[in-house]
Amino acid sequence: MPWRPHWRRPVTKVLLWLKRAGAHIDQPLLTLLLLALGAGLFVLYSASGQDWELINRQLVNAMTALVLLWLVSNISPQRLESMAVPVYVLGLLLLVGVALFGEISHGARRWLDLGVVRIQPSEGMKLAVPMMLAWYFARREAVLRLADFAVAALLLAFPLWLIAKQPDLGTTLLIGASGFYVLFLAGLSWRLMAGLAIAAVAAMPLVWNLMHDYQRRRVLILLDPSQDPLGAGYHTIQATIALGSGGLAGKGWLRGTQAQLDFLPERHTDFIFAVFGEEFGLLGELLLLLLFLLIIGRGLTIAAHAQNTFSRLLAGSITLTFFTYAFVNIGMVSGILPVVGVPLPLISYGGTSLVTLLVGFGILMSIQTHKKLVAS
Amino acid sequence: MKGSELRDVQREQHQFRLRLGVAGSVVVICFALLLARFFHLQVISHDHYRTLAENNRISLVPIVPNRGLILDRNGVVLAHNFFVYTLEITPSKVEDLERTIDALARIIDITPNDRKRFKKYREQSHAFESIPLRTHLTDAEAARFAVNRFRFPGVEIRSRLFRHYPQGGLGAHLIGYIGRINDADLKVLEARGEISNYKGTDHIGKTGLEQSYEHVLHGTTGFQQVEIDANGHAVRVLSSMPPIPGDSLILSIDSKLQDVAEKAFGNRRGALVALDPSNGEVLAFVSMPTFDPNLFVDGIDPENWKRLNESVDKPLINRPLRGLYPPGSTLKPFVALAGLENGKRAPPFSIADPGYFMLPGSAHRYRDWKPEGHGRVDMQRAITVSCDTFFYGLALELGIDRLAGFLSHFSFGKPTGIDIEGERSGLLPTPEWKQKRWKQKWFPGETVITGIGQGYTLVTPMQLAHATAMLANNGTALRPHLVTGIRKSGSGTIEPVPIETVDHVSLRPEHMALVKQGMLDVTRPGGTAASVGAGAGYNIAAKTGTAQVVGIKQGEKYDEKRISERLRDHALFIAYAPAENPRIALAVIVENGGHGGSAAGPIARQVMDYYLLGKLPEKTEEKNAVAPALEETGD
Repeated sequence: MPWRPHWRRPVTKVLLWLKRAGAHIDQPLLTLLLLALGAGLFVLYSASGQDWELINRQLVNAMTALVLLWLVSNISPQRLESMAVPVYVLGLLLLVGVALFGEISHGARRWLDLGVVRIQPSEGMKLAVPMMLAWYFARREAVLRLADFAVAALLLAFPLWLIAKQPDLGTTLLIGASGFYVLFLAGLSWRLMAGLAIAAVAAMPLVWNLMHDYQRRRVLILLDPSQDPLGAGYHTIQATIALGSGGLAGKGWLRGTQAQLDFLPERHTDFIFAVFGEEFGLLGELLLLLLFLLIIGRGLTIAAHAQNTFSRLLAGSITLTFFTYAFVNIGMVSGILPVVGVPLPLISYGGTSLVTLLVGFGILMSIQTHKKLVAS
Repeated sequence: MKGSELRDVQREQHQFRLRLGVAGSVVVICFALLLARFFHLQVISHDHYRTLAENNRISLVPIVPNRGLILDRNGVVLAHNFFVYTLEITPSKVEDLERTIDALARIIDITPNDRKRFKKYREQSHAFESIPLRTHLTDAEAARFAVNRFRFPGVEIRSRLFRHYPQGGLGAHLIGYIGRINDADLKVLEARGEISNYKGTDHIGKTGLEQSYEHVLHGTTGFQQVEIDANGHAVRVLSSMPPIPGDSLILSIDSKLQDVAEKAFGNRRGALVALDPSNGEVLAFVSMPTFDPNLFVDGIDPENWKRLNESVDKPLINRPLRGLYPPGSTLKPFVALAGLENGKRAPPFSIADPGYFMLPGSAHRYRDWKPEGHGRVDMQRAITVSCDTFFYGLALELGIDRLAGFLSHFSFGKPTGIDIEGERSGLLPTPEWKQKRWKQKWFPGETVITGIGQGYTLVTPMQLAHATAMLANNGTALRPHLVTGIRKSGSGTIEPVPIETVDHVSLRPEHMALVKQGMLDVTRPGGTAASVGAGAGYNIAAKTGTAQVVGIKQGEKYDEKRISERLRDHALFIAYAPAENPRIALAVIVENGGHGGSAAGPIARQVMDYYLLGKLPEKTEEKNAVAPALEETGD
């Protein structure tokens, strides 16, 4: 037994403890995430009209989410894999609960009141669905048949249907994407995908009929924003003006006229990128996209080096879903995609989506840091 | 074997990395796409957008439409709008709010209540919204501010439309009032997808017709594209889209009749609903005491709010729609019909009333209001003299299920469907209901007292009036409505609201005739409301009722004088007239009024006299008319 000094200084003690606590933290990824979160607070300060209270609340959100990230990173992928089915089933039950007893607010039924807490089960499904699908494919290794993909598609379709019904277009889209990424990475055949794409185009008129009025309006207004200059089209028009007038270098922090003079709606939540673009210009956006690209790159690297099918598929799906978040949000703010309720990841104000995102990154870190040494 | 498995794993990993590579490329392509878009917006079209932003500055200014009017059936204005000057502050443009307000107070009168209200509004709105500090500025005050305007950046005088209810408290519960839009209203508007139509609007209907017909009254918001300078002042109008004013409501209410009815109550509490049985139009809709809705438009001040909200008289409650009362004996005509239609109590049937009823095998006495009994009574006389004993037995024989089933056709226990929100359903008790609500079984004694409208049964004055109109109408239920027409703002044409038949109970004519004759005799000598019919000049079919507020023990006597006023019985009265060709059907409830015939009947008579004969009540007998002693003051 090696000799240990019992008089070790407190500072050393803390450092040692930190080292042990951070054993499952992926430092490159954490650094990138903190950079993005910091940038987010900066923009938020401007977008909220220098509202310190809002900043403090977002700081609390971020701290909570980081603690959860740390907790999740300490759960081994094996344990996560064994949790996939129960978590998925629980999530489904809660979604059915929402459909039956959920609270209606803003014309949608998304929240479930459990007496003690109010929860939004669709948010948890953003992780439960890819976990479930990754679990499923991990059990079907090597012998993938069309039937397997059909089963997986069903596992994906049921929660999607429940969420689309709430209605929540943004979440449906993100979960749909996360599920599709698992299927894609598991080896869904190119021919089938092409077939599905053609089918999707053919099904468009049908989808149009199923859409809610507000969803249709959003699509129509995307095609012609001037249709509703006081309402939804106003968002797109003003966001485009904000970005365009920002120019190459931007108008400077706290100096965006669009943002500060209240022309931009929802500017601290879904449309925060417009504030960013107006004040920091093309160069700022270039940096933000680079930061996002690095995060995605790190995620894909973790996926590429993951040791089993479950970890691989899950890591890949989480990373690509993060990309989808960013692309859909920035696409909608810059006017090339319809306005769906998707926040800008790590930047927009809001606790719920931040928690889900960082828990996802916690899973990535767990996958990266729990690797067993395999004799090669 | 082992080798091939290993190869599979390798192959799989290879395939996975290939796919990952494809995905990575898509990511890069998508980001490149975004960059291309940014380049287009921020470099190529930068000048264009910079100009737009500078002229943004080109601002869309919503133009709030005029709210529709509310008019009574003769065109008397019940709600209209007028312009007032308001002094408004945009907090985000003001450095030190307190100091600014203090400075303003030196040139314009600003009360502590104004400050309180401003503070409340401020907490509810964004910093960049313009919030009223003072309303109803006089011309002199407006001029004084205009001279000093340069000293107050962020403070402005605006001309805003205000809602005014020129009749004050008259019909306040049916007209309702508007108030400032709050978070809850915003959520409702968002859910209805109307949020963009409310840009610039800061008031919305909160109760009554103002709330229920909000979509008709509000109109469509127009907008102007205005070029504004760096300080936010309009320089030039570029284009505009005029607003479409809201449509006006034309009511079935006759404000004079409403006034007669409200005055007839004096300072007593209660409700009255009068309907035209031929079409379902509501002629009068009274909830007493009433209040001045004008207090709410501008944000009610704390003192008035406290006075109204905490008053024991509960003036803010809409009694016709939301007041729940036991119907008492006014339920008897309907119970009688149930008996006749179900083949019980065919005409020659009569009982000898000893003054009480006993369940077989029980010693409990269900007492008649007349201790010595009514002697021999048949169905018709049982209604006329309001014989409790007769109806105790009938209810028991019918059974609660059959009784409740029949009564539900007269819209007891369910809303009448009147066109304002907030109507309550009342309560038509059944054994299933009791099991669910109280986890107890139903007792036969409860069926017995349901026969005279006591026990669990609760009705709203609206339901009672509706059921009476159905009687007058031989069983046809027409949807009661306050709005008879909508006057379109553009064309001025009036779009009539169609008469809607919601239900029809088929009743045998001879049964109808018997019950109606019984009700007619109620207002004739020997009936429980003989004085109400005396000298009317037209025939009134009616039924009196008394609803217990406190229970009376076995063997005890109810003594009106000894009981405190709030615990006295409620007085009820239903009637329609003229009996042979009904033009008005009504229900009156006087809370703690005592006997139906003497307390509620005279109110009904005054309303009918005015409506049918145009006769105004004489001033002397306006309040608390004393009932002549010649009639039986029974229930």
